[in-house]
Amino acid sequence: MRHFKETGVVDLDTLTKMGYVPDEIRLRRGPVAIYECVEEIPCNVCVFSCPFNAVSKNKITDLPQIDFSRCTGCGVCVGRCPGLAIFVVDVSKEGDTGYVTLPHELFPTPSKDGEVVLLDREGREVGKGTVTRVYRDKITKSWVVTVSVPKDLVMVVRAIKVIR
Amino acid sequence: MCLSDRRIYTHPILEFKRGKEITIFFEGKPIRAFEGESLAAAIYAAGINVFRLSPILKRPRAVFCMVGKCGSCIVRVNGIPTRTCVTPAEENMRIERISNLPEASKYEKRLVSEEIDVDVLIVGGGPAGMASAEVLCGTDLSVVLVDDQIRLGGQLIKQTHIFFGSRELFAGKRGFEIAEEYSNKLSKCPNVRVLDRTTVIGVFKEGVVAVSDEATYLIRPKYVVVAAGAYENYLVFENNDLPGIMGAGGAQTLMNVWGVKPGNEILVVGSGNVGLIISYQLLQAGAEVKAVIEALPRIGGWFVHAAKIRRYGVPILTSHTILGVKGSERVEEATIARVDEGWNVIRGTEKSLKVDTVLLAVGLTPNTEIVRQFGVAMKYIPELGGLVPLRTPYMETSVENVFVAGDLAAIEEATTAFIEGWIAGYSILIKAHGMKEEYLTKRENLVRMLYEYRSAPVSEKVRKGWQLSLIPCEVSAK
Ligand SMILES: Cc1cc2nc3c(=O)[nH]c(=O)nc-3n(C[C@H](O)[C@H](O)[C@H](O)COP(=O)(O)OP(=O)(O)OC[C@H]3O[C@@H](n4cnc5c(N)ncnc54)[C@H](O)[C@@H]3O)c2cc1C
Ligand code: SF4
Ligand code: SF4
Ligand code: FES
Repeated sequence: MRHFKETGVVDLDTLTKMGYVPDEIRLRRGPVAIYECVEEIPCNVCVFSCPFNAVSKNKITDLPQIDFSRCTGCGVCVGRCPGLAIFVVDVSKEGDTGYVTLPHELFPTPSKDGEVVLLDREGREVGKGTVTRVYRDKITKSWVVTVSVPKDLVMVVRAIKVIR
Repeated sequence: MCLSDRRIYTHPILEFKRGKEITIFFEGKPIRAFEGESLAAAIYAAGINVFRLSPILKRPRAVFCMVGKCGSCIVRVNGIPTRTCVTPAEENMRIERISNLPEASKYEKRLVSEEIDVDVLIVGGGPAGMASAEVLCGTDLSVVLVDDQIRLGGQLIKQTHIFFGSRELFAGKRGFEIAEEYSNKLSKCPNVRVLDRTTVIGVFKEGVVAVSDEATYLIRPKYVVVAAGAYENYLVFENNDLPGIMGAGGAQTLMNVWGVKPGNEILVVGSGNVGLIISYQLLQAGAEVKAVIEALPRIGGWFVHAAKIRRYGVPILTSHTILGVKGSERVEEATIARVDEGWNVIRGTEKSLKVDTVLLAVGLTPNTEIVRQFGVAMKYIPELGGLVPLRTPYMETSVENVFVAGDLAAIEEATTAFIEGWIAGYSILIKAHGMKEEYLTKRENLVRMLYEYRSAPVSEKVRKGWQLSLIPCEVSAK
C-alpha cells in the first residue's frame, strides 16, 4: 500500500495501527467515532467540540486520542471537524445493516429517507444506501448525514452522492 | 461571442449577497451586473472570455489574479483604463477592450494632498493588519489602516472552508465570517480609520504615500506595521497566458466572493493546501475537477484536505507537470506528463485533458515592495517563501518602529498572521506607553502561542526559516 501522503487515501491497517479503530466489543456496543486524522496538524476543534470529553490532545499538534469508552457516537464532532475527517460507524443493530454518519457539503443536499450512492475513500461507487438522519450543524452549516450501508462496508463508505 | 451565465445561484454553504441589479455595456452590448460587485466578475459572469489584447502580439487576456496585481483585466471604463477586478460595478458603465498601451498622461490622478499625521500606519487589511488594528483599537493612538481591495479581510474573504486551529483562534469558523466580524469591529473603533480601495505606493522622505480613486494621501506615521501579504507564483508552460488560466487565489475570489464559477472542467496545478482546498470548493460550486497534478512524488498539503477531494473521485497525480495548453479564445485542452525525480519530463507519458480552466496553485511570494522602501534588512530564505524582512521575535524590523506581520514575513497561515499582527500591535503599545505589565504578559503569551503552533511536523520548513530570519530584540523590549 502506498503512503497516504502519496495517494490521499488512508487504509484500515494504518488507522488500526494509529489506534483509531475500536475493538469488536466496543463496535458491537453502539455507534462510535472513527477519526481519520492521521497527520499531526495544529488543530483541536474536535477536542473542544466533544460534549463527552472523549477526545484529547496534549499539544495542539498531537494526533487526537479517542477514548472509545467515553465516546457515545453522538456525531457532534463530525459536523465540526474542519478536515471532514471524522465519521461515526454503527454495527450494533441486528441484521446486515450498518450505519455511517458523515459530513456533507455538496449539492444536491440529502433528505431523510432519500436514496444515495455510497462512495469509498477514492470516490468509487460501492453500493446504495438510505439516509436515516440528517441535520445541519448550527456553527459550520455542514450537513451531518447518517446513511444505512451493508454492515461490511462501514469502514469503506466515506462519502455519498445524492440522487435526485 | 457566445454569452453564457457563469453565476452560482445555489451553493451548499454560501449565500451570495448581491447588490441591486444594474446594466453595464461591454463593447456596446448590454450585460447584467450587480451594483458594487467586482466589475471583472460581472464581465466574466456574462461569459466574456477576452477582456483585452496584449499591446504587441495581440494575444487575448482575461482575469488572472482578481486582486489588482496582474493587469490582465484592464479595459477602458467610461473612457479611462481601469483594473476592473478591484473596481465596483456601477449602472451604465461603458466598457471597451484595450488592444494597445493606454495613454497614461491623460488620466493622471487628482492630487488632493491631504496630509495625515498619525501614530500608527498599517499597510494591508488582511488578518495580520486587522489584528494589529484590533490591539490598538480603543487606545489613545491614532491609527490609519490602508487596504487596496473592495472588501476588507485580505485572503480571508475568499476562504469558505472551516478553520483549523485552536478555540481561541477562531477554529471552527469560516474565513469570510471572521473577516466580516473584524471589518464590523474596526468600523466601530473611534481611533482607527480604514482607507479601503487605497494603495500604498511608496515611502518617501516626507512620508508614506497612499492613493485611492478620490485622493492622494501623504501619511506621516510614528509607527508602521507592514502587512501586505503575498502574491501568487506563476508557472512557465506553452500558452500560459491564455484566458482560462488563473491563479488559484484569483479563481477563489471569483467563485467565493462574487459567486461566479471560474470554469466547468478544471485542472489544478499544485497540491499544496491552496490547490487542494480550491479543488474542494470547485466541487461545491458545481464544477468538475479533472485532476490535481503535483511535480513532487508526494502531496504537498495536509492529508485531510487531500482526502476530501479523493472521496469524490478527484485524482491527485503526483510526479506530474503541465506542458502546455491549447485553445483559441480560452483554454480547451491541457497536456500533462510524468516527471522523474529531477523534474525531467518522461517522454511518452504525455496525456491530454479536455479542460476549459487551469488553476495555478504553485506557491506564494511575500509582497515586500513597500517594506523594502523603508530600508529594512532583507534576506533570501526559501523556507519562508523567498526574500523576507528580518525581524525580532516582537516583529520589529531592522529599522526602528517599522514592524511586519503575516505572509510578507513568512508564507504561513491566517492563524499565525493574526498572532503576529497582535504581537506587532502590543509591541507598538509598549513602545508608546512604556513597559506595562499587562501588555508584556499578553505579548509573551502570544509569542509562546506562535511557538507552539509551529511545533507540528507540517511546520518544519517555517520553523527552520524562522530561525534564519531573527535578529536580536532591542534592549528596551527586555
Ligand atoms: C486557498 C487558501 C486557503 C487557506 N487556508 C487557511 C486556513 O485554513 N487556515 C489558515 O490559518 N490560513 C489559511 N490560509 C492562509 C492565509 O489566508 C494567509 O496566510 C493569510 O491571509 C495571510 O494574512 P496577511 O494579513 O499576511 O495577508 P493577506 O491576507 O494577503 O492580506 C494583505 C492585504 O494587504 C493588501 N495590500 C498589499 N499591498 C498593499 C498596498 N501596497 N497598499 C494597500 N494594501 C495592500 C492586500 O491586497 C491584502 O488585502 C489560506 C490561504 C489560501 C490562499
Ligand atoms: S461522536 Fe460524540 S462523543 Fe464521540 S468523539 Fe465525537 S463528539 Fe465525542
Ligand atoms: S478537528 Fe478534525 S482535523 Fe482537527 S484535529 Fe480533530 S480530527 Fe483532526
Ligand atoms: S489585476 Fe485584475 S485580474 Fe489581475
